[in-house]
Amino acid sequence: MKKKKAAGNGAFKWFVMPIYLFTLFFVIGPLIYMVILSFLEREETWGVTNTFTFGNYLSIFDPIYLKTFAESLRLALISTVLVAFFGYVFGYFMAKLKPRMRKMMMMLLMIPFWTNSLIRLYGWIIIFRANGTLDSVLMAIGLIKEPLKLLYTYPAVVVGMIYALIPFMILSVYSSVEKMDWHLVEAARDLGATPAKAFWTVTFRLTLPGLLTGIILTFVPSMGLFFIADILGGNKVVLVGNLIQEQLMKVHNWPFAAALSVVLMLIMTVMIWAYRKIAKADELEARL
Amino acid sequence: MRNKTSLERLAEVEDVILRLENIKKSFDGVTVLNGIDLDVKRGEFITLLGSSGCGKTTTLRIIGGLETADEGRVILEGVDVTNEEPNKRNVNTVFQNYALFPHMNVEQNVGYSLKIRRRSKEDIKKAVSDALQMVQLEGYEKRMPNELSGGQRQRIAIARAIVNEPKVLLLDEPLGALDLKLRRQMQIELKRLQKRLGITFIYITHDQEEALNMSDRIAVMRNGVFEQLGTASDVYDRPRTSYVAEFVGSANIIRGTAQGSDENTVRFVNSCGTGEVSRNGAAIKDGEDVVTAVRSEHIDLCSPESGAKGLRGTVKEKSFSGGMLRIEVGLEDGTSVVSSRHGINADWVPGDAVIASWDPEKAVLVDLEG
Ligand SMILES: Nc1ncnc2c1ncn2[C@@H]1O[C@H](COP(=O)(O)OP(=O)(O)OP(=O)(O)O)[C@@H](O)[C@H]1O
Ligand SMILES: [Mg+2]
Repeated sequence: MKKKKAAGNGAFKWFVMPIYLFTLFFVIGPLIYMVILSFLEREETWGVTNTFTFGNYLSIFDPIYLKTFAESLRLALISTVLVAFFGYVFGYFMAKLKPRMRKMMMMLLMIPFWTNSLIRLYGWIIIFRANGTLDSVLMAIGLIKEPLKLLYTYPAVVVGMIYALIPFMILSVYSSVEKMDWHLVEAARDLGATPAKAFWTVTFRLTLPGLLTGIILTFVPSMGLFFIADILGGNKVVLVGNLIQEQLMKVHNWPFAAALSVVLMLIMTVMIWAYRKIAKADELEARL
Repeated sequence: MRNKTSLERLAEVEDVILRLENIKKSFDGVTVLNGIDLDVKRGEFITLLGSSGCGKTTTLRIIGGLETADEGRVILEGVDVTNEEPNKRNVNTVFQNYALFPHMNVEQNVGYSLKIRRRSKEDIKKAVSDALQMVQLEGYEKRMPNELSGGQRQRIAIARAIVNEPKVLLLDEPLGALDLKLRRQMQIELKRLQKRLGITFIYITHDQEEALNMSDRIAVMRNGVFEQLGTASDVYDRPRTSYVAEFVGSANIIRGTAQGSDENTVRFVNSCGTGEVSRNGAAIKDGEDVVTAVRSEHIDLCSPESGAKGLRGTVKEKSFSGGMLRIEVGLEDGTSVVSSRHGINADWVPGDAVIASWDPEKAVLVDLEG
């Protein structure tokens, strides 16, 4: 979207100055610090020495760490696929509701954001733990005989991820379905398309930008959401985020933590770059 | 079953391709269609004419299956399709707002219905280029809809709808966005196309001239009913109601009370004078109300001194448009009539007292309300 404003005049320059400064100090500064750190050698117990090394990056290729990256990608992928599916369906039908119902759904989506996300995660512990809410309900209706003991398992982490990320997908899909011109679907039906065919060839194609945005909004953070794996997965699910936290806070290997962060950031950057490439090539925003 | 057989026989014998039976439709308790009946013959060009909001688009949507009627039946080629899905009906629509797919180029838009039907790539390419040729947009295959002018979009919408040769084509003001010149050209082109392909057209327009030029029959719609259904000359020369006379022929509506009529002519009086209209078999007795329609080109004006019989009034306004001089005469009872003639010369100036009269043969008796 080419909406760049001519920032030439003086007053405007002074107005945006604080934003530049803020970005410099709190985003670019730490970033540079982190990159430099990642090329330095670790001091025996604490801090770094001033010797340059690629060692931190090389040690990422240790199978244990590679596995952690693979594990993170796998969880991010599974979560994103599930979030995309359920989020799309939810967002689609929400956009088709009557305006008043729509507003209500929107409220219901927003309210949880007013509560701390950690507190909400502890809620899931109560649901998932052995003989917790879920087990009791399922046993009461006779679906299962033994408690499932879902807490500290992979599925519990996936559910937690979906729960944390799906609102972004829903809102992103919703906003693009809401913009749909439904006459186009009628035109497709009129020209011989079944409802399913009309959906795939018209509705889905025209709401794809919303879905793609939602996927980026889901995938990128899901690579870094370590506390969900921590709380709902116990120590069974170790992600890059957990690894970085551990290296930084427990092992005090700052340069290695920095190198891990840099690699994680590069992966995310590549994702965003790919997304923009696809979105641009498609010219999906082109509308009548 | 017996019912269906008789429908099929109707389709064969009478060659009725489409029949609407007592179609009714209301939205949120407001009646939009109030009993539409229509038999359309194969290859016929039918126009729905009427003011905005009278239910034209709704009628087309019910035929196309995009809307379901509350009551009544839609019969296509002898088959009751009232509850059939739109994709199961061999009917295509040219939408009022084009409804071109913004993410497909012209070629993909036009070829859409063929691709849905899994026709081969070569078939599609051939059919698309034929269709584009018909609407004179060859070479535009790779353009996106937002790179086309309004008129070009409209023509693409037409090409998209005719490419798979539907039995019935529904056109909702297809030429609305075109300038006069292109409009005339497209009218001729569409009519030629319709003849050549033998497709039945149901056409919506606001433009009475367009309706009169192109249609085999015209349905004048008002408040969800057909006020009159007939050939161009039926609705133009023999309007059944004052609404039809005004809407189609821009006629003057004159009211009075019958007095001194004979078997050929109905004579009437009102507070401005007298008038005459040929009877044409109407059973109007003296003392009854008379409503007559006279088109402006048939209204003659002369001065009161001439002693002519007619309606007394004064010239209110003179204007000139489209090669015609329009003189508006305010009658004594507060109504007005319009007289128009070719040329720009007229002896009358605003304020002149005049008598308005007409040849009784050129006037028709109409019902005031449908
Ligand atoms: N989906 C709908 N919901 C509610 N009212 C509707 C709907 N569709 C049409 N109407 C109403 O039905 C009436 C007839 O609409 P329709 O579109 O058939 O008019 P039209 O004759 O095509 O008018 P125009 O010449 O302006 O296109 C209008 O009063 C319109 O507001
Ligand atoms: Mg309409």
